[in-house]
Amino acid sequence: MTLKTWLAASAPLAEDPAIRYLRVGAEEWRRLAEDVAASGGRLLALWGQDATAGHPAVFAAYHTAAGLWVGELRRDGPESADDPYPGVQDLYPFAGRMQRAIRDLQGLRSTDPDLRPWLRHPPGEAYEFVRVEGDGVHEIPVGPVHAGIIEPGHFRFSVVGEKVLRLEERLGYVHKGIEQRFVEFDALDGCRLAARVSGDSAVAFSWAYCIALESQWRARIPRRALWLRALALELERVANHLGDLGALGNDAGFAFGLAQFSRLKELVLRATETAFGQRYPMDWVVPGGVARDLPAAAAAALDRCLADVVAESAVLRGIYDEHAGVRDRFTGTGTIAPELAARLGLAGLAGRASGQAHDLRADLRYAPYEELRPAVCGAVAGDVAARVAVRFDELLESCRLARRILAGLPAGDSRVAIVPPASDEFGIGAVEGWRGPVLVALATAAGGRIRRCHPHDPSWQNWPAIEHAVIDNIVPDFPLINKSFNLSYSGHDS
Amino acid sequence: MLKTLRQIRRTGIVTEPMPAPDDALRIRAALERRILGILGRALAVRMVDAGSCNGCELEVHALTNPIYNIEGLGVHFVASPRHADLLLVSGPVTVAMREPLLRVYEATPDPKLVVAIGDCGCDGGIFGCRGPSLGAVANVIPVDVAVPGCPPSPNRLLAGILAALDASAALDVGQEGRGRAE
Repeated sequence: MTLKTWLAASAPLAEDPAIRYLRVGAEEWRRLAEDVAASGGRLLALWGQDATAGHPAVFAAYHTAAGLWVGELRRDGPESADDPYPGVQDLYPFAGRMQRAIRDLQGLRSTDPDLRPWLRHPPGEAYEFVRVEGDGVHEIPVGPVHAGIIEPGHFRFSVVGEKVLRLEERLGYVHKGIEQRFVEFDALDGCRLAARVSGDSAVAFSWAYCIALESQWRARIPRRALWLRALALELERVANHLGDLGALGNDAGFAFGLAQFSRLKELVLRATETAFGQRYPMDWVVPGGVARDLPAAAAAALDRCLADVVAESAVLRGIYDEHAGVRDRFTGTGTIAPELAARLGLAGLAGRASGQAHDLRADLRYAPYEELRPAVCGAVAGDVAARVAVRFDELLESCRLARRILAGLPAGDSRVAIVPPASDEFGIGAVEGWRGPVLVALATAAGGRIRRCHPHDPSWQNWPAIEHAVIDNIVPDFPLINKSFNLSYSGHDS
Repeated sequence: MLKTLRQIRRTGIVTEPMPAPDDALRIRAALERRILGILGRALAVRMVDAGSCNGCELEVHALTNPIYNIEGLGVHFVASPRHADLLLVSGPVTVAMREPLLRVYEATPDPKLVVAIGDCGCDGGIFGCRGPSLGAVANVIPVDVAVPGCPPSPNRLLAGILAALDASAALDVGQEGRGRAE
């Protein structure tokens, strides 16, 4: 079957023709996954819900050439609670961990074989790492507390000498129960929690949350507000890319890069604070628009700042490119070839550096990107150097977009009041954050209470890829490889 | 190489000037005095993320950029709690991070200072204190100073470190017998 045959069985979600929703049975759940994979589509997120949200079910969100698809498999039928639903790990390798997370959080089990807990860490229970046997193989356990200023997670290396034979990740240390926490929030207030799923992607998450809410409440958002949201999203990308470019230089032994780029990042953060009132705009994207309009003086300062960033980063890129030591550390390190990237479902920035030319801003053209027309940056080498190159390209492109927004900001309101309808609703929002596709699935009750909210960070897709990227590399290159992906622990563990 | 040197020269020293009666700056001048006066050497700080959204870590990172230049003040981030005088801890503490945090605290030599950072480190913040979130850092280890903010700005973080030093001076740094607060 092709994807087209599913069209008749589906309905637009929240009246959006670009998002198809369909309820499926167990067998169709599996067939839909197969058809999406066969058509070149990709899994964006997989999540569950239990009876507290109405009825137990698992959901899958797919991104295809025809837009977004949301499949729901209800688990309140005659099957027993222990009856597993069909796993899709063979089609989408990273789905395995999401299925384990669903078992941890909702108790729903898939047919896939790995039944180890993932997000929950049962006290006193040792986690069973896969052992590598052989002459001279030894294990290096790292974390959860790491040596730098970074988030906690555990890495188990199996090595011979310096060479990594295998890496196994153990995450879940920063699982704070965000999904359970959401249901204690009013839907109009939930964007604050969404922004804090992963602090470095606050704009992406709060915007995705607002799209999910506004679409299901049939709210129309003023054009000016959408442009301002895009401005904040591009500034978030600029700030994070600047930080990463500096940290990557530093991890390659070039402290000059860290000093230069961290200075530029600070200038962007200060300009962001002048524009939005916060260095990291955690509470700025709100249902109905943005929390406050852009002060005219801030717009001019922001534009000057971005012009400086463009000029300075051009000089710095030349220095990185010509530095033999930096090139040596970046090139051929931590490679994910395009074929493997496609099989793993590598997403976002890291995916684009491995030939996976997906970018929701260009693919879905959600407003205002249908007007702004962002260029999709990419590379095919799939190594640290490629992820650095894509960051440089996207940095420039985001500066261009941000300056274009500042120059052509539409007049009008920056916020409208929105009200909950008198019925239960469901919607999703997807935004291309700086790291990759961020998705929020939200179900609200009449009156505006949250029934269920699932925030999905692209780190879910990409964490398993790091286990592949480090194979045959040396242990001292791990920090560099890890930084070149710069995945979120908090976004993943939520 | 020439390009690199030229860029360094062109950038110059961007660290913001020390004294002058400006609030933010006074914090930093005073901080250096306290470090010299109390510790007589650099203050070694170990950062522990016990469950944050990573926003606090971004601002701790900013402290090390050339504009705040915290290392220029003698404050140094170290890789092991065994080398640390002060623990900077972000929250909320998760169930899974409770034991690692206790171990970090135990591994830090006395006398030690603990600064909890962010709204979540202070009281659980937006994540509260329920289910997998144990809330405030003080629910797990003794805390000398709590710096609110979401995330706290680099200058607020500096102010918090200073406050911890002041508190330890008042209590006499050599104090013993602060057990685990569980």
